[in-house]
Amino acid sequence: MRASRSLLLAASVACATSIALPAFAADESDLSGLRQEMKSLRDDYERKIQELEKRLKAAEDKATLAVPPSAESTMSAPVAQAEPPPPVPKASAPVSANAFNPAVSVILNGAYGVSQRDPSSVGIAGFILDEEAGLQDRGFSLGESEISLSANVDHAFFANVVLAVGNDDSIGVEEGYIQTTDLPWGFTVKAGRFFSGIGYLNEKHAHAWEFSDAPLPYRAMLGNQYGDDGIQARWLAPTDFFLEFGAEWFRGDAFPAGGADDNGAGTVSAFVRAGDDLDEESSFLVSASYLRTKADNRDTDGDVFTGTDDLLIASLIYKWAPNGNPVETNLSLSGEYFFGREEGTFNAVPVDYDRSGFYVQGVYQFMPRWRIGVRYSELQTDGVPLALAGSALDDFGHTPQALTGLLEYRTSEFGRFRAQYTLDDADVQSNNEFVFTYTVAIGAHGAHSF
Amino acid sequence: MRKSIFAAATLLCGLLSQPAFADLSVFACEPEWGALTAELAGDKASIYTATTGMQDPHQIQARPSLIAKARSADITVCTGAELEVGWLPMVLQQASNSKIASGAPGSFEAARFVTLLEVPSRLDRAEGDVHASGNPHIQTDPRNILIVAKALSDRFAELDGANAATYASRYADFSARWTVALAKWQAAAAPLKGVPIAVQHAGWVYMINWLGLKQIVVLEPKPGVPASSGYLAQILSTLERTPAKMIIRAAYQDDRASTFVSERTKIPALALPFTIGGSNEAKDLFSLYDDTIKRLLAGAKS
Repeated sequence: MRASRSLLLAASVACATSIALPAFAADESDLSGLRQEMKSLRDDYERKIQELEKRLKAAEDKATLAVPPSAESTMSAPVAQAEPPPPVPKASAPVSANAFNPAVSVILNGAYGVSQRDPSSVGIAGFILDEEAGLQDRGFSLGESEISLSANVDHAFFANVVLAVGNDDSIGVEEGYIQTTDLPWGFTVKAGRFFSGIGYLNEKHAHAWEFSDAPLPYRAMLGNQYGDDGIQARWLAPTDFFLEFGAEWFRGDAFPAGGADDNGAGTVSAFVRAGDDLDEESSFLVSASYLRTKADNRDTDGDVFTGTDDLLIASLIYKWAPNGNPVETNLSLSGEYFFGREEGTFNAVPVDYDRSGFYVQGVYQFMPRWRIGVRYSELQTDGVPLALAGSALDDFGHTPQALTGLLEYRTSEFGRFRAQYTLDDADVQSNNEFVFTYTVAIGAHGAHSF
Repeated sequence: MRKSIFAAATLLCGLLSQPAFADLSVFACEPEWGALTAELAGDKASIYTATTGMQDPHQIQARPSLIAKARSADITVCTGAELEVGWLPMVLQQASNSKIASGAPGSFEAARFVTLLEVPSRLDRAEGDVHASGNPHIQTDPRNILIVAKALSDRFAELDGANAATYASRYADFSARWTVALAKWQAAAAPLKGVPIAVQHAGWVYMINWLGLKQIVVLEPKPGVPASSGYLAQILSTLERTPAKMIIRAAYQDDRASTFVSERTKIPALALPFTIGGSNEAKDLFSLYDDTIKRLLAGAKS
């Protein structure tokens, strides 16, 4: 510092001298005037440099405080200095064309299945099964993989698209919707293709279910889950507990609908959901849903149905964790009851029958990363008219039921292995199934719903 | 007829505006921010604290109760730095309340106002639970509380201009009391300088920095990844060569790893409150640090 100061001084003097050079011819008074000028110039520099040094010192002191101070500097520091500096705005991220890219996440599944009977020949007695609702194939297979892209469109909308790559290499849009983000009074409107908000499992993606497959009522009555093109409105009531109402209007192309009846607006639904904490450790969610679908020549494996399908679902979910901290151990119990009625013509025979079903399940995390679970599901259906004896609607006096056991291990939040064993008595002939699956999530960190 | 319609409308309006009793409805993600809000806003705010000191703030479920409370909130006061990334976005998405949407004035993230430590140079999930913006556990250094307090007080004033003077005077009062408390804590904690410690989860970097403690080992090989027996053996041999005075964990954490190492090394395991409600003594912001330092001093003596 000192060296550079004297250098600066020398330079300034030299500079001053060189400027003054041509003034040799000037008289003595001029010369003394010059000297004085030079002196004042030098003093001026001196003062300015001192000032600069002072400011530099102050800035350095401030910087030591602003950086998370090391122990030495603060333990002995007087309290006044411990007063934090004003927050420094953070450096902004570099802007690139990719800065607005949507959040990307990919779900990969893989499975290994063992089945006593040919899985493609095992159905559910008395129910027509949508192709989506089949059993796991034998042997190794890549399960359905999902690529999800989401981002805010602007201040008013959020958009999400989920592409599903099936086992057969087909790509489909599983969900693709826009959703409002700034409607007042707790309203949300969603439009596009999405899973209906009915029931509890329906809206969740299959990889977020607690078991590897859907329970019998979902398989039989919703073709695993009901998703279609349409519009949904939800209203979250301004209550102290959770209370939400929703209504939907769909095209009516997906099972149990079909043929997009009523000019492509054949399905309607409504649901109400309520939930709260019971105490610090436990919480619940209860819901009631109604779905009315219309089918216009719905063809399932050659069986043609035309008519309406009404479905009521009651759901109850209870979750518990010691101190409300699910990290070590936690328990989740859930059950849903389905009641449905189909009315119309089945293979040109007039039909009107009731069906019902339920499942109850419990999953317990007994130590970090490890879970066990058990699930029981059952279905009931009316007898069929004589004309349909022996058809897919004939249950041959059999009550479909299935008991499933689960063991799960997670490597982290993002990686999971499951072994699941099912005593499947859904068809007239029983079947034992074992499925081993892995599911991983890569990319953006998705948040999970209750 | 007209009268009854009017009455019904008034009743409906009354019902809809019910949660607006206090001037500001605050949804605090963690107890420390709930307590700070109470200090800064007093009766000008109604506060809902989403988590307790016995819960791991990384892993909370987006429970229906949280959605209901977020629905009527004017502001969320959270740590940020991805601490709540596993649940808050889901709560916000379902709460359909644009006042507290990410980036809105009603979305307050404390971590934005302090200098974060341990910012990873490499973002890869193979490194465990890494947070892109740095270690989010800023509340373990009380000096950060004061920085956040100023920013939060300003935010309250911005959202609720009518009470700006109250917020300003409450901040001035809090700041004065906090400064005195800081001096007291620092004086009391002087013997902790340079004391070697082991930690169960790398959640204490700000406290270690503040008190000049010396972190010898972390019982997790990577953040959020439980130790294998091989890794624990490595820890034991490290602690044999460089003994620590205590093994520290947050109250909400399982004590298995700490106990395992403690039993074999005879180094005492110590649960610190981590936040308010993490111990019986840690009842508010002041007693949180009183208790933390008391426990650390006791640990260092043994």
